[in-house]
Amino acid sequence: MDGVQKDIVARLQKDILCLQGQRPATNSLAGKVVLGPVLDAFPQKVFPTGAVHEYISTSPAATAATSGFIAGILGSLMQNGGSCVWISPEKIIFPEGLRSFGIEPDRVLFIHLKKERDICWAMEAALQVEGLAGVVSELPDLNFTVSRRLQLAVEKSGVTGFVLRHQPSKLHPTACVSRWQISPFASYHPDQMPGVGLACWNVELQKIRGGKPGSWRLVWMDGYFQVLPEVSLISSQTLLRKIG
Amino acid sequence: MRRFMAIWFPHLLAEGMLRRRPHLKDTLFVVATPDHGRMRVTAVCQAAQKQGITMGMAVADARALVANIQVLDDEPQLSLQLLTGLGHWCIRYTPVAATDVPDGLLLDISGCAHLWGGEENYVEDIQNRLKGFGYTTRIAIAGTVGAAWALARYGKSPVILAPPGEERAMLMSLPPAALRLETTVVERLQKLGLYTIGPFMNMGRSILRRRFGVGLLDRMDQALGWKEEPLKPLRPVVPYQERLPCLEPIVTRSGIEIALQQLLNTLCERLVKEGKGLRKAVFKAYRVDGEAQLVEIGTHLPSQQATHLFKLFELKIDQIAPALGIELFVLEAPSVEKARSSQEALWHNSTLNDTKLAELLDQLTGKLGKGIVHRYLPDEHYWPERSVREAKELSEQPTITWPKDRPRPMRLLPVPEPVEVAAPIPDYPPMHFRHRGKLHTVKKADGPERIESEWWISDGKHRDYYVVEDEKGERYWLFRLGHYTEGKPHQWFLHGFFA
Repeated sequence: MDGVQKDIVARLQKDILCLQGQRPATNSLAGKVVLGPVLDAFPQKVFPTGAVHEYISTSPAATAATSGFIAGILGSLMQNGGSCVWISPEKIIFPEGLRSFGIEPDRVLFIHLKKERDICWAMEAALQVEGLAGVVSELPDLNFTVSRRLQLAVEKSGVTGFVLRHQPSKLHPTACVSRWQISPFASYHPDQMPGVGLACWNVELQKIRGGKPGSWRLVWMDGYFQVLPEVSLISSQTLLRKIG
Repeated sequence: MRRFMAIWFPHLLAEGMLRRRPHLKDTLFVVATPDHGRMRVTAVCQAAQKQGITMGMAVADARALVANIQVLDDEPQLSLQLLTGLGHWCIRYTPVAATDVPDGLLLDISGCAHLWGGEENYVEDIQNRLKGFGYTTRIAIAGTVGAAWALARYGKSPVILAPPGEERAMLMSLPPAALRLETTVVERLQKLGLYTIGPFMNMGRSILRRRFGVGLLDRMDQALGWKEEPLKPLRPVVPYQERLPCLEPIVTRSGIEIALQQLLNTLCERLVKEGKGLRKAVFKAYRVDGEAQLVEIGTHLPSQQATHLFKLFELKIDQIAPALGIELFVLEAPSVEKARSSQEALWHNSTLNDTKLAELLDQLTGKLGKGIVHRYLPDEHYWPERSVREAKELSEQPTITWPKDRPRPMRLLPVPEPVEVAAPIPDYPPMHFRHRGKLHTVKKADGPERIESEWWISDGKHRDYYVVEDEKGERYWLFRLGHYTEGKPHQWFLHGFFA
């Protein structure tokens, strides 16, 4: 009896997700996003593609960390040779920096727009293009109406959208499928070597539709997101320097 | 079948003057220009002509005939200006309009007249409209430029339509000057009693050439269509062009949209047939008052999709001000390229060559302005801000590979921001740095990586870059400008943020 009930519950949950506009993870791309333990938080343990994700950052350094995290996800979505669109107010993303996250920089189309209205319009238009690996936009803030429009656009096309809110005024609800906050964390070197090591982040999944929010410490190692081993937390306080 | 129209303005200067200065309507006037120390009449208004004043007369003589005549100064190049204006106006009737200095226009009207319901209506329309502007005209249509010119100037009636193939018969009775000959040749012909073209038209060519030079034969051949006579159009003709004249002036947006749709459909049909796609299209709307309104679109990949192109134009239709109405729509494709095969779009994953992606970019640049879409390729330069260059084409591939093993930040500031730094000893990474008033304590650091300035591009010092991590785990890219010299303050800058 218990097993049957579980099945029914699982099916109902799936139905609810469909009604909420989230596609079942039939997309082959979804399986490629390797997020380690974070995957457990998602419904059906698969990164929700074909949805809009919202990222919150408050400082330039946090914005850079968030860009890196998004680039890591985008890199796996672009494995099949797809292309993506990155909308920002000015030329600030350094194409060469995207390489370390598995993105071929010449496959990214950068769109520079100053006005918030224009960015929203461009993002909505881009999200309607079927087959794009992803669309990232850097917005000061996101209101509910805009997020709803973006969500409706992706429901049709199945493109994954990422909104980076770098000046959030109030954390009011949006129609996005998830809300993340990424902050930088002291870098990790597998061999305890001096110098700056691999990029590490405090990943906080504050909201996820149909899943369980949580927070993790991740490191970008060998082209994947991995859990940060505990060792690095006891870092030496002395200034160490690698000559190079 | 080629058809040409010659329009002759017998009183071009006088009527042009009158159009520019309407207050002269009821006064007698002549236009005069200095010639050998006296003023000579170059144009006469019709009323003055009736009083006996003719062209070439001295102004003193004209004053003797009519005491209160007004003398206007001739403006150099006025006739050319007037003709150019009229020629541009005539583009609504045919794409090929050429000026014929000093007092005429030549139009290539092949395949145009039927749009107005036959040559009679076509000529009548043109003549009435020009009359409305105040110009007296004599118009002739013939199969050659030469014949049309001759019939317009020396024909008996103000409108002559030479049926195809009849040029020879109609030219017979005209004087030799109708062949656009030099005055010396005309005089010689007259001296020999050849007052019309007919008698010498059938003479042996060698005889004519010996007596009157090769010019006469050339002109005769041109008039009879044995020799090609090219026109020099005022506006170069675009090979991909569609025209839509309207019966009634169009003033509404929906009207303009219907016209645009129709033009796009015909143009795209032609492009599909030829396997081409357009990169640039111009939509022109000629208004009743003689103004032309135009909107332009560009595409990232050659396109032959009428619906997509319509979408691009739709964003710009607002810019067309119909005023009293639009009477002619023209769609031109000045830049046309070979279309890519549609097979590439079969793959679901969107690549940069995908039509859909190109259509998105067209839409973006169409609405939000050019120069917002950028794609970067690696470039061989030392400085990070110069190490990428913009791709010109969507399909352009990098010529060199992206460098791999260097630590490069995720976000690079367009302009490095100065920071205050405390560094322990020369060549050491800083201990603290202050950026925008906020103090960061450096916990970990890598470096320096020296990046030389490129002396062949600009002067300046080298940069020593350090990757540093502060107490919160935030990673920055700092650099010191130039060597460390004792006693001198050295400049440090923040250039980027690592992920």
